Amino acid sequence: MEVGQMQRRLVDYTKTLFMEGFLDAQFLQLQQLQDESNPDFVVEVVSLFFDDSEKLLNDLSMALDQPNVDFKKVDAHVHQLKGSSSSIGAQRVKNACIAFRNFCEEQNIDATLRCLQQVKHEYYLVKNKLETLLRLEQQIVAAGGSIPATEMGF
Amino acid sequence: MTVEQIVSETKDQFPIGMRVLAVDDDPTCLLLLETLLRRCQYHVTTTSQAITALKMLRENKNKFDLVISDVHMPDMDGFKLLELVGLEMDLPVIMLSANGDTKLVMKGITHGACDYLLKPVRIEELKNIWQHVVRRKKFDRKVRSNSDSQDKPHADSGEAAGIGKADNNVKINKKRKDQNEDEDEDLDENGHDNDDPSAQKKPRVVWSVELHRKFVAAVNQLGIEKAVPKKILELMNVEKLTRENVASHLQKFRLYLKRISCVANQQANMAAAVGTADSSYLRMGSLNGLGNFHALSGTDQLHNAAFRSFPPSGVLGRLNTPAGLGIRGLPSPGTIQLGHVQNSGHSSNDQSKLQSFIPGNHNTNILQGMPMSLDLDQLQNNKGVSHIGELPAANSTAVFPVSGSLIDSRIAGFSNNPLLGVTSNSLMLEGSSQQANLHASNLRDGVSAVGFQNGNTLSNFASIDPVSSQLRDSKADLQGQAAPINCNAGPMIRSVPPQEWNAPRKDAPYQSHLMSSSVNSSIPVNGAMVQLDQCLDRNNSIFHRTMDSDSIGPLNFVDPLSIKHGEGLNSAAMEPPVIEKEGYLMYQLRPHGNHIPDNIGSLEDLASAMMK
Repeated sequence: MEVGQMQRRLVDYTKTLFMEGFLDAQFLQLQQLQDESNPDFVVEVVSLFFDDSEKLLNDLSMALDQPNVDFKKVDAHVHQLKGSSSSIGAQRVKNACIAFRNFCEEQNIDATLRCLQQVKHEYYLVKNKLETLLRLEQQIVAAGGSIPATEMGF
Repeated sequence: MTVEQIVSETKDQFPIGMRVLAVDDDPTCLLLLETLLRRCQYHVTTTSQAITALKMLRENKNKFDLVISDVHMPDMDGFKLLELVGLEMDLPVIMLSANGDTKLVMKGITHGACDYLLKPVRIEELKNIWQHVVRRKKFDRKVRSNSDSQDKPHADSGEAAGIGKADNNVKINKKRKDQNEDEDEDLDENGHDNDDPSAQKKPRVVWSVELHRKFVAAVNQLGIEKAVPKKILELMNVEKLTRENVASHLQKFRLYLKRISCVANQQANMAAAVGTADSSYLRMGSLNGLGNFHALSGTDQLHNAAFRSFPPSGVLGRLNTPAGLGIRGLPSPGTIQLGHVQNSGHSSNDQSKLQSFIPGNHNTNILQGMPMSLDLDQLQNNKGVSHIGELPAANSTAVFPVSGSLIDSRIAGFSNNPLLGVTSNSLMLEGSSQQANLHASNLRDGVSAVGFQNGNTLSNFASIDPVSSQLRDSKADLQGQAAPINCNAGPMIRSVPPQEWNAPRKDAPYQSHLMSSSVNSSIPVNGAMVQLDQCLDRNNSIFHRTMDSDSIGPLNFVDPLSIKHGEGLNSAAMEPPVIEKEGYLMYQLRPHGNHIPDNIGSLEDLASAMMK
């Protein structure tokens, strides 16, 4: 595939992600922060997010698996996940976290378990999408092209 | 003049190159924040640990202009860090959080944050944060130069009221500023030198925790109104400390108190508005878990001093608590748990008499023998347990012991606090106040936990370090803010229903020995044990009870059992003899209306009752 084509694919793909709510404007900020002095910024941040989130999700699973669930701890984890997901613009994950926190406050075990599943689901989805997007970018750069700036025309 | 001009030249680039310290345990957010800050052309240092941040700041506070910190961090609560930084280094701190609850934001304000940003943070917001640096510098400069140059007269006049003093300072400052023409000249901390060219440039004094504790103890001993630099200096008995140093520090301290009290005042009002029940502030949480005193370190949010919300009515004068006194996170773990034994019992709002210490219901086991803070668990009495966060160990942070007087002032503030709604909920206060078993568990230094009410004198608050322990008050209503009890057990501030605390309260000199001294102060007993942050986890809740000496009957908080009620904050600085443990300040807010539940009644009585 030649560079131009790849670039177009990237642009379209990115747009869909925004349309479908996987990503929000915060992600744009991330992209804008990337420049020659900081060429891998997006990859770095996103990777950090992945690592951190997986750890959090594990902790969450463990915490909810206890006979006596410590909701404060669970809430703290979810809060953290909410913070990091909102920082990179993973909108759906963030929204799932918000719902999660509400149930934590109510100390509703069943609901929180369901929320956890929901969060995990959203997380894996966005992870997948981001990986695809980053891969596309890499291919473009490898082929000598430059990454087109995302234009939020819509 | 020339030199100063040159100095100001180099600062012309500002805000470019402003040195920011960013603290956030979330690596994603930290990296993002760092990148954004760099984009704004600031000079950025990052760390994911609050403790590391403190260390860096302590090593050289002049290395940074501004601190940005996340609120929720595993090793130390953001608010605690905030207090400490404000207290020790007097740097502007911006809080950052994904949670934008009004209560939290309010908390940030009362703890002294100069701004509160929500995540995800945007670059536009960061582009303007330099204003906080400028603002503070100007203000501080004025204050400092005022105190420095004016020394004695200044300090003395300042005694009138922190506020008054500040006003004076400002006025004086203004004059001088006009003369100087170029404000930048005074940017330098030794700015006053500019005004007095003949003065030698003295080496900067670093106000370490220890030093500050001594300072606060001295101030408490003298009473905030009577605290003059000369006497303070004598009491402190530290070599190489000059009166000017003390004077300028006193100045800052007063400002801090003032700031806190103002904020507290508003907060209290807000709290009232927001609803007492869950005020995050001072919630009397049940003590459970005092046990973790040590563990609590750091994370507790020291309710700092936020007791500030209480307008110091008169008491304010007492607020000497250094701004960050203790209230700012007491690093050391140690939760002081107030045994609220009585929540239910005492909610007597009407009790204005402090005397009756939690009689009755003390369900709590008040201190059964109250060993200090160690038995906090016992105290837990359902609800009302005020959980005093761990008082940071003495070694910890510089939390300055909250001077007893501070607490008073704070408490004074409470009276205005509508939150104090001590009404009903005040149980807590009432009951709890009594329960005040503030056990400062950690007080390493022996903060004496004032075991209020229940006689459980709070375990000695050892090192009452910044007291920001949060009193978790289940009843929460009281917005008691636990003033950080430095060295002393966190004073329990009971939020007293908006009654004004009357004067008596305030004047009561904080005696470090609360214990024996009858706490006449209006013990805000109203149960409203200060509401500590809701964070139950936050261990440091320090309950400050301000006790007005003159007020309500002699509350003797005696430190029955080894509990030392250190009334005046810190009456001792770390080793307050008086309070054996570390004196904790008990502030009792005396609800004018309500009355402070008797809880605070003579501690002795209580204690003895409990002891049985």
